[in-house]
Amino acid sequence: MSEKKKAGLKELSPIDVYKILPKINCKECGQENCMAFATKIVNREIDLDTCPPLLKKEHEKAYKQLKELLKPAVKEVVVGEGDLAVKLGGKLVMYRHEFTYMNPTAIAIDVTDEMPEAEVQNRIKKTEGFSYEYIGYTLKLNMVAVRSVSGDPEKFKATVKKVAESTKLPLILCALNPSVVEAGLMAAPKAKPLLYAATTENWKDMAELALMYNCPLVASAPNDLNALASLAKTLTAYGVQDLVLDPGTFANEGLPDTINNFTMLRRAATKGGEELAGYPLMGVPMVAWMGNGDTAEDLLKWRESYLASMLVVRFADILVMHGSDGWSLLPITVLRQNIYTDPRKPVAVAPGLKVFGTPDENSPVLFTSNFALTYYTVASDIESNKLNAYLIVVETEGAAIDSGVAGRKLTAERVADAIKESGVEGKVKHRRIIIPGKASRISGEIEELSGWKVQVGPRDSSEIPKYLIEKWQP
Amino acid sequence: MTSLPHHEGDKKKEAEGLKLSDDLLEALAKFQQIELQDFEMEVKDLEIIFEPGMAGQIMPKLKLPAAVAGGKPTAMLQVAFMPPIETYPNAITEVKLGGTRSEGGTRGRTLTIGGEVSPAFYTFERPVTHKPVVTLDVFDMEVPLSKAVKMHVKEVVGDPAAWAKLAVDKFGADMVTVHLISIDPLLKDAKPQDAVKTVEKILQAVDVPLVIGGCGDPVKDADVFEAICNAFPNERFLISSITRDMDVERCAKYVKKNGHAALSFTPMDLNLARELNRRLYDFLGREDIVMDLTTAALGYGLDYAFTNMERARMGGLMGDTELAHPMSSGTTNAWAAREAWLKMSAEWEPRELRGPLWEVTTALTLLLAGVDLFMMMHPAAVKTLKDVTNNLVSGKKADHSKYLEWVSVKA
Repeated sequence: MSEKKKAGLKELSPIDVYKILPKINCKECGQENCMAFATKIVNREIDLDTCPPLLKKEHEKAYKQLKELLKPAVKEVVVGEGDLAVKLGGKLVMYRHEFTYMNPTAIAIDVTDEMPEAEVQNRIKKTEGFSYEYIGYTLKLNMVAVRSVSGDPEKFKATVKKVAESTKLPLILCALNPSVVEAGLMAAPKAKPLLYAATTENWKDMAELALMYNCPLVASAPNDLNALASLAKTLTAYGVQDLVLDPGTFANEGLPDTINNFTMLRRAATKGGEELAGYPLMGVPMVAWMGNGDTAEDLLKWRESYLASMLVVRFADILVMHGSDGWSLLPITVLRQNIYTDPRKPVAVAPGLKVFGTPDENSPVLFTSNFALTYYTVASDIESNKLNAYLIVVETEGAAIDSGVAGRKLTAERVADAIKESGVEGKVKHRRIIIPGKASRISGEIEELSGWKVQVGPRDSSEIPKYLIEKWQP
Repeated sequence: MTSLPHHEGDKKKEAEGLKLSDDLLEALAKFQQIELQDFEMEVKDLEIIFEPGMAGQIMPKLKLPAAVAGGKPTAMLQVAFMPPIETYPNAITEVKLGGTRSEGGTRGRTLTIGGEVSPAFYTFERPVTHKPVVTLDVFDMEVPLSKAVKMHVKEVVGDPAAWAKLAVDKFGADMVTVHLISIDPLLKDAKPQDAVKTVEKILQAVDVPLVIGGCGDPVKDADVFEAICNAFPNERFLISSITRDMDVERCAKYVKKNGHAALSFTPMDLNLARELNRRLYDFLGREDIVMDLTTAALGYGLDYAFTNMERARMGGLMGDTELAHPMSSGTTNAWAAREAWLKMSAEWEPRELRGPLWEVTTALTLLLAGVDLFMMMHPAAVKTLKDVTNNLVSGKKADHSKYLEWVSVKA
């Protein structure tokens, strides 16, 4: 690729790090030696600060050198205080196949100073309560954005005060008038909220507030990257270190500019080493709600949702949303989880027998494919219901059940072989296997080849618990 | 996922769900009429304009140092942002689908996909060569469909010609995919000649280019595809699909002889994709091959699909010619995710909206990875994908004058 590589990071080798380390193999970090520590550092599996000698005065220079060497292309900016503080950015690479994306896109839901108090509380409760269990992860929302609709500093202050009292989630204070933002800050002086926003008009006052309250600051220059870079230059020169960049989010006809701006900024930061572009990027999918008085709310939520998903894919580090419905937020949070997983994670799990709970000779025997997502879904349904069962993972070359049957990757022969090889015949005294509903087409062949009696189970593993209660009798 | 199951059929709730989604449909229909007017755009005017004199400038360049040295600036420090524009040694191959009468077929128009010279929608770099197209699924027999999909097609299930017409006339399909499920030896085991008849009916019902889909059995598909390719030469079908476990030589020969194109399908592995394409090159031209790298649903492996496709597209542009083919996605696979169709607890409902949004999210993720051809199912998902692609290639500028008002908008 003709794209310039920023020095370090991806091509950084453990040797580069090792050379600068104390090299005393003290094992205080918990690793076998300094080389092992260096490897973990390069893979971003461990923090530099876990090396105690490095924190001593004598190694101060090495520490600083390593910090510089390991500096991500996109600065990591922390918003909020305590356990729920959110890290934004910290990205090392542009493309997911280069290295794991750090710090999943934070999602904020808005409240305003003109909403009735009950509505504000209700929206906070909904934001905090959003929770979805997905293959061992809990998907959550992360922040609350407080918007000044009234323009009245006192009203804003009162709303921020109530919000800060009712949630520990990090806040974004949104107002273009610095005195309104200041009023909000007075209501939550130690909460380290993200301030929105410094513009070419108000940047000086906003910078003063960010410095005075030690808060990260959004620089906003709608669809003008020259102005945005200039703002970043000016604000950093002013002393504000923690910036977030907002190039503007535009729905519908503005989509090309939106996608282009995010892409250009991230490429400039990761491939061009451009420091002024090297800050977290903010997207505002809630623009879908602007100037759409007559449009059905469900359609606005629909548009806001897909705009958010496109921005999750195209480099947004933080999103502000208005729609708070589960149906429109769930796809975004699942997509975020998907995009931010380690790209090296294998697509298939090892075939063989998996044991859940404490099964005995009468316990049910089921099978599934070795496609990782199919396996984890089924395993999570069995585990979370505390079932005792044997699950045979059949080699399907990473195909799911339906596509495996259609593409002949999941065949009766493979199932019969897997039953035999699993050794389950020595563990249960019955000879009955529950097969996925989506594999019902090969049930006859499985009976023929394996000699086991087949029970066709549910098409979706969420129904396994119910199925076992109703249909399993050893 | 213990929070999920709520599938007992509460009749009253079901009825409410249906009503809600009918309302949405009405709204969608209105929305469609309004927005369609905006889509009469001039694609030819795509031109990316950068400020003159910026090229070659090393960014960022300090233009107006307004700061007192060492002190805080008192005025904005102006710098220019230099768009990070790259060049790529290779272009993605163009593949033409559909044959018109002058070409020996019967289609009303042809469609060309591929030809890209930059990553997907990097229009700051270069305009999109060919807008991605959508082909809608039509099945030749009854198949299990989710409720959200079924409500739109229930009158045409079992009549593939009527289904194809609905897909084109009402849902705006650029193409139609005929899924010949009935030929599956484990299902109806319909004869190749039956499949030929089905295709004949669809050719008469619509004049868009067709994708011919098999049942997944490598032997039966090869027989059926042969009969169809021979029966309709020069219709320039996309034969979906040729896989590694088929008789690749035999298939490629009858595809080539009759002027069709092949969809080269491999399971989530770029090395296998290269290998199959190499085998096809012995009999087919590069311009006859579209590739399907496998689409997994949002939440069920979309991350693998996305990264595979993004890598393939970058690789193709950077000179890996075995991957420089247009990409097709079986986006309908999104419905394999339980979250797309399952009745869940109240906070995640209605599924009539969640389902199609699941398909849209899957589609848009892959659109941004570089997919050129989408095989899709739900009309609302199709509508949104087309809206987004139309907007992305429109060359229109954002109206940013009111953007910052989002802060104070009453929503």
